[in-house]
Amino acid sequence: MSGRALRRHLASRAMTAVVVVLSFTAVLALLLILGDLVLKGASSIDWAFFTKSPVPAGQSGGGVANAIVGTGIIVGLAALIGVPIGVAAGLYLAEYGSGRLGFVVRFIADVLNGTPSIVVGIVAWTFIVRPTHGYSALAGSVALAILMIPMLARTTEEMVRLVPHSLREAALALGYPRWRTSLKIVARTALGGIVTGCLVGIARIAGETAPLLFTALGNLNFSVDITQPMQSLSLQIYVYATGPFEEWHRLAWASALVLMGLVLIISITARWVTRQRYGRIR
Amino acid sequence: MASDGRSVGRSGRTASVSPTVRQSDSPTPVVESRAYNFWYGANHALHDVTIAIPPHAITALIGPSGCGKTTFLRSINRMHDLTPGARHAGDILLDGGSIFAPGTDVVSLRRRIGMVFQRPNPFPKSVYDNVAYGPRLNAMAAPRELPDRVERALRQAALWDEVSSRLREPGTALSGGQQQRLCIARALANEPEVLLLDEPCSALDPIATQRIEELLVELKKTYTIVIVTHNMQQAARVSDYTGFFYVGHLVEFGETEQVFTRPIDDRTEAYITGRFG
Ligand SMILES: Nc1ncnc2c1ncn2[C@@H]1O[C@H](COP(=O)(O)OP(=O)(O)OP(=O)(O)O)[C@@H](O)[C@H]1O
Ligand SMILES: [Mg+2]
Repeated sequence: MSGRALRRHLASRAMTAVVVVLSFTAVLALLLILGDLVLKGASSIDWAFFTKSPVPAGQSGGGVANAIVGTGIIVGLAALIGVPIGVAAGLYLAEYGSGRLGFVVRFIADVLNGTPSIVVGIVAWTFIVRPTHGYSALAGSVALAILMIPMLARTTEEMVRLVPHSLREAALALGYPRWRTSLKIVARTALGGIVTGCLVGIARIAGETAPLLFTALGNLNFSVDITQPMQSLSLQIYVYATGPFEEWHRLAWASALVLMGLVLIISITARWVTRQRYGRIR
Repeated sequence: MASDGRSVGRSGRTASVSPTVRQSDSPTPVVESRAYNFWYGANHALHDVTIAIPPHAITALIGPSGCGKTTFLRSINRMHDLTPGARHAGDILLDGGSIFAPGTDVVSLRRRIGMVFQRPNPFPKSVYDNVAYGPRLNAMAAPRELPDRVERALRQAALWDEVSSRLREPGTALSGGQQQRLCIARALANEPEVLLLDEPCSALDPIATQRIEELLVELKKTYTIVIVTHNMQQAARVSDYTGFFYVGHLVEFGETEQVFTRPIDDRTEAYITGRFG
């Protein structure tokens, strides 16, 4: 009997150790990336980095203000397009999507979710850039929104499905019409999860490069015109990192650090929203 | 009324039933089912249930677990509309009109028929908002009257004293019994005509149970009440009529006194005397 207890104890210890080692490996990767970025990029981050646009190749100085603002605009616009459509689709799937249409929508969302982002970029190029004869930030936002919508639809659906059926019934029994029940009770209850899903989705598209190559294209000058090519941090990193100049490499590292920081901030906000939600209301 | 709630035993009940009800074999029923059958997919849960539920009285539905009491109760306010694979035959009438008639407005039907579920299901909102939910939607109360209405409903549900200082706390933070009374208050605030209660006291202590029973006796002046209960004493104490369900059949239905003292069916007698179920 005590032998069995000992064995159980040892097995428990061994499993815990394995899990700890594996988790540490996962965290280590993140720490290495962050550490490397800070080592190589932090020294290049100064006031000019955030406020100045790039200077001609080969010269030193200048910053990536155009790319930072560009990322903000492109991603913001993508969220503006993608969040309402994605969340509405998810709500539809969860609440009304048991029929054939729901099956089709869900299937399409899953296929889209697995589509390489560069393919989405090419599609946006084919249907927006080519007909309008011009690269534009708007085309980039649309491409990113297309990436985002299936993600949001599926996470929203999951979150809404977590809302207990009994809550739906309580609202219906009070004489709430079904659509109102969906919005006022079901969506409200799932709101924390939905917001988190949106933030995670935004964090994911913020770092996308491939879809922007064919759409927003990049722009070495400062621009806020969404009908014109626009720079983004990811495009900037791509161009600078593959360029021949030492100065460019330096700025690429710094841009990568800023982008990483941005994504981190969004993710932490997402965690915070989740905690707020479930901390307050059990 | 509340003070003599305790005396609403067998004899008290008999006295409280108006003579007209006792003379007439069948007072005009508010809710009536005719050869009502119900299926969950292939599971035939209700067989030819025919029952006339009289107005301004408490009707208790009793029977062993899984016999279709909840299924029948949920049929009355069409809660099964969203149950996948659910099917029915026969008819249920509310004030003489079929609730399944094409063009029936389910939303207004449910406003007229309030329901308290077997398991407490408060919204993840404040205690106050939980109760205010119905009146707010149905725009029955001016915003100024809302606090009064909420307080009245909470008092009726015997919950006011416990929550009056924590109206802003989430309803889900209350104890199980308090949650159930919150759900009762929520249903009452909507001022329905018929009140369906599915084992409302199963999570309550004897004191809260007694207060709910007093409430029901009080409410039957204005409401028609159908209550599912596993508690024989409760059925005998508060109800005017009793229906006994057994494996999907309504085996017996009649005045509570008759059902409990002179049951017609052997199975009713066996159940009531505790020989099975
Ligand atoms: N949602 C459902 N889907 C399929 N079958 C169901 C569903 N709900 C109930 N049933 C079945 O219908 C029958 C009647 O169930 P019901 O819930 O009406 O019983 P009940 O008399 O209320 O029991 P209890 O006293 O335990 O609450 C049971 O056989 C049950 O398994
Ligand atoms: Mg039941």
